[in-house]
Amino acid sequence: MIKAKNLVHEYIRRDEEGNVESIQTALDHVNIHIKPGSFVAILGHNGSGKSTLAKHLNVLLSPTEGSLWVDGKDTADADKLWEIRQTAGMVFQNPDNQIIATVVEEDVGFGPENIGVPTDEIWKRVEDSLRAVGMLEYRSHSPNKLSGGQKQRVAIAGVVAMQPKCIVLDEPTAMLDPVGRREVLRTVKELNRTKGVTIILITHYMEEVVDADYVYVMDSGSVAMEGTPREIFSRVDTLKLHRMDVPQVTLLAHELKKEGLDIPDGILTREELVKALERLSNKG
Amino acid sequence: MSIIIDKVNYIYGQGTAYEKHALRDINLKIEDGQFIGIIGHTGSGKSTLIQHLNGLLKATSGAIYVNGEDIYDKDYKMSKLRTQVGLVFQYPEHQLFETTIFDDVCFGPMNQGLSKDEAGLRAFEALRAVGLPEELYDQSPFDLSGGQKRRVAIAGVLAMKPQVLVLDEPTAGLDPKGRDEILDQIADIHKKTNSTVVLVSHSMEDVARYVDRIIVMNRGSVMFDDTPTEVFRHYKELEQIGLAAPQVTYLMHELREKGYPVSCDATTVEEAKEELLKLFGKDRVSR
Repeated sequence: MIKAKNLVHEYIRRDEEGNVESIQTALDHVNIHIKPGSFVAILGHNGSGKSTLAKHLNVLLSPTEGSLWVDGKDTADADKLWEIRQTAGMVFQNPDNQIIATVVEEDVGFGPENIGVPTDEIWKRVEDSLRAVGMLEYRSHSPNKLSGGQKQRVAIAGVVAMQPKCIVLDEPTAMLDPVGRREVLRTVKELNRTKGVTIILITHYMEEVVDADYVYVMDSGSVAMEGTPREIFSRVDTLKLHRMDVPQVTLLAHELKKEGLDIPDGILTREELVKALERLSNKG
Repeated sequence: MSIIIDKVNYIYGQGTAYEKHALRDINLKIEDGQFIGIIGHTGSGKSTLIQHLNGLLKATSGAIYVNGEDIYDKDYKMSKLRTQVGLVFQYPEHQLFETTIFDDVCFGPMNQGLSKDEAGLRAFEALRAVGLPEELYDQSPFDLSGGQKRRVAIAGVLAMKPQVLVLDEPTAGLDPKGRDEILDQIADIHKKTNSTVVLVSHSMEDVARYVDRIIVMNRGSVMFDDTPTEVFRHYKELEQIGLAAPQVTYLMHELREKGYPVSCDATTVEEAKEELLKLFGKDRVSR
């Protein structure tokens, strides 16, 4: 679905005469490969290049060097720009900045209308996407009366209505309360499972990464670690070096292991830790 | 500095079609030197409440006493209150505006009427407290990373030496390390200056780790007001209002349901570790 080969992006600052003042390399030879239908998470500290990478996926930015293909299309090819933008939909951090209409269903219909979908088809898509995010009963509500999690789900429905093959979410839960966070995550996983949409989730919450198929950890513009969540979270100390964390249960399991308890590496969920502890007590 | 909030109500847009009763009969006493966490779902009234603490919003009914003085008394100086209670808003880095970091932090104390030298000293102290490297002081605040900008903004409030520091989600959008660093620094400032700190947060794990009292807001009312251990005992009720308990608290409950004699009081990784080692560790107490 997405393939980056030696992708480089430099932010170049120029003074008034157009002379180069400074160059900041935000992406430094990034290689990633994301398979269609997968759920991939990207972690990394503030300034590690995650969002710069995300903005390349629907050509809000284009590569300084190297190449990026989205669904087989080279993002450097200007003719393919609109096609690529329809392939990869984006959801951002603040739902308030992404909602424009005064009624939920009109907001969701804005995208498809913009790309010239016939009216009947628009209404069908609006209904389907609102159902997919569990917001159908709010179709005639005003978005500003919704909770943060609900607003974010409307924003996701707006992207789903464009029927992209791939959805990129850049810290979609950063401003939400715990329940809002859970609602959004559940919606995203549903879309991935039932509709086969490729999901790329950028986040700072380690708990949200546990169910991903594959995880990339970025640092200084490069991919610093990659693997399944279990592989990544088994390396607690390396993660800390990259300013990352692990879910609370993973950390607890790691600490207990250091104290000499026989617990496997890379515990990801409460159920796994409960099982590991049960095994211990049966042995003892 | 003690703050007493007495039967405070606040109604947005009273008498209009958008009328909203945001605070209902709030009674709270904030004692000197406490580290308090306020949690609540989006729209529960947390931000409305903290804006009352320095008089940005005036209660529709009820009274607030700061050090025994009624802040709504016509002779009370609001400007005094605003220097005593420092408020750090959400995304405070959006409020940076000066050409250098140092000048930005000086702005608050200068505004309080301090001389340039005094303000400079305050700025140094505040920037050091938030752990910003000295070589950056002369740079533009706009060239910093998100976490660093946030620190400059917090320093701007610290430089005014408030006795009560109120922070509205100071870690939103920061990476895990940045989150820990900022909270550690706030805890450190709390310890060193013995100032009162009020922390509004969506992260139950953070709240459990740092504060000694949690106020839970729900639909404009105070639902719980107790120690973290006591508050998170109500995890089922917390879930119903859009909140949760820390992950480890759930783990302890699960183990207990399976018949293990663990206490469910743990709210942090350290507490859970200690409790589990008692049961599963090498020197476990034989059952």
